[in-house]
Amino acid sequence: MATQHTRTLGKILVAPSVALLFLWMIVPLVMTIYFSTLRYQLLNPGTERFIGVENYIYFLTDPAFITSLANTLRLVGSVLAITVVIGVLLALLLDQVFIGRSVVRLMVIAPFFVMPTVSALVWKNLLMHPVSGVFAWVATSLGFKPIDWFAQLPMLSVILIVAWQWLPFATLILLTALQSLDNDQKEAAEMDGTGPFAFFFYIVLSHLARPITVVVLIQTIFLLTVFAEIFVTTGGGPGLATTNLAFLIYSQALLQYDVGGASAGGIVAVVLANIVAIFLVRLIGKNLE
Amino acid sequence: MARRVSVARTVAITVVAWIAGFIIFFPILWMVLTSFKTELEAFSMPPKFLLFKWTLENYAIVQERSDYIAHVWNSVAIAFGSVLVSMLIAIPAAWAMAFAPTERTRGTLLWMLSTKMMPSVGVLVPIYLIYRDFGLLDTRLGLIALLCLADLPIVIWMLYTYFKEIPIGILEASRMDGIGPLREVIFVLAPIALPGIASTILLNVILAWNEAFWTLNLTTSKAAPLTAFIASYSSPEGLFWAKLSAASTLAIAPILVLGWLSQRQLVRGLTFGAVK
Repeated sequence: MATQHTRTLGKILVAPSVALLFLWMIVPLVMTIYFSTLRYQLLNPGTERFIGVENYIYFLTDPAFITSLANTLRLVGSVLAITVVIGVLLALLLDQVFIGRSVVRLMVIAPFFVMPTVSALVWKNLLMHPVSGVFAWVATSLGFKPIDWFAQLPMLSVILIVAWQWLPFATLILLTALQSLDNDQKEAAEMDGTGPFAFFFYIVLSHLARPITVVVLIQTIFLLTVFAEIFVTTGGGPGLATTNLAFLIYSQALLQYDVGGASAGGIVAVVLANIVAIFLVRLIGKNLE
Repeated sequence: MARRVSVARTVAITVVAWIAGFIIFFPILWMVLTSFKTELEAFSMPPKFLLFKWTLENYAIVQERSDYIAHVWNSVAIAFGSVLVSMLIAIPAAWAMAFAPTERTRGTLLWMLSTKMMPSVGVLVPIYLIYRDFGLLDTRLGLIALLCLADLPIVIWMLYTYFKEIPIGILEASRMDGIGPLREVIFVLAPIALPGIASTILLNVILAWNEAFWTLNLTTSKAAPLTAFIASYSSPEGLFWAKLSAASTLAIAPILVLGWLSQRQLVRGLTFGAVK
């Protein structure tokens, strides 16, 4: 058991981390809240003044906010749906015995390690280019008209890129979970004559419910603030077609120099992320006991 | 009891799995292939898969651009620097929480984790202004400090879960022998904890290497790591696919290898132990 001596030592050792994280969390957050109550244009320094909740009213009633919120939800929802559904299927596949399993596994998880700016540009230029991209070639070969991805389906293009990046994460976690599915359980089901579909729905899916929740929560936190992929491909456009909340705040802050408005937007983003985080922290906390 | 697996089934699964793996890996494969083409062949329609004139000229050109090595160095300095500094802060904390837990340890850990869930964009404005006022914009130091703080919760968390697995009996035995805390850490704990520490460094270097929010927003040229350097190829005058591919291949190759080595730790590090 911890003695008084080790307890004191423990506190001293934990203190720097706690202090740093506390500062890292609280200082910028307080500043954001403070800025969000000011009229503050970066290009007109010295004209800051308190305007209360006006920035929030302005930000929340701005049509761009509604559009970007809808885009954020569309992006998060679609990527989650794609990665979870395909992730479950891939995990089931990789859980089987076949030749070259470890190599296929390496190929499947590789996209996760590619930096976002690289994935986005490779997809945009080498694959989705309307004239010289591989997709255009496939479409033409099959007798279809090539799609001009970023002009015709900008949001879908971004969704595909982000889903490709996160698919390995979902697959790997679900695979890890599947591998912990008891062999006895599998055999019992087999001996009871459970059909493959019943086996999948009653045993596999119920076993995966928890890891799927984890995947959904963690990915949601990251997907709410997808930025680099949009930054290097569409710059939020055409129009506002691919502007999500993170990109809207960025453009208000560093392109339009509206510190007050961007800060109000930042607080809105923090509140949204926190709603998800509460569930995630609870889930992880349960596991700690 | 061994399960009977028919040959036909194994063959079918092998084929399906390889096709799936190939499709997912294809963008990376295609990028690597394109990096060995001439700019002209990189655009050619129909695309050339293997029968093209293989060349290393793109790699030579990318290397020659005097600033390329500087960007590589920035990436290395930022990724390793931020992780090593956060390790220095995190190891004592994780050690204390794992081996001398108090009733508040669980709460502290969860609170630390929750700081990771703050969206970066929410604090973009103040960080940008602070960095501007302190002259930290476009400096390696600025990014190292920032990513170190952003990494800290995951680093502490991973170390904690690894330390937690060390049987307490070993420590108690050595404490009975009367060795002090410092020697306990160096001679007893460190050898057992080393694999966990190495995995933690590995995964966090990967995450820091690929970090693309702060690196894009807080650097312009001098301190720009590879993420930001590659982003400069998105401008219209930068439509050089073969060179983009060569630069990208170089940028991701080392980290891809590290990533493959650390796939087990990935699950553990990124789910905070919620999936085992």
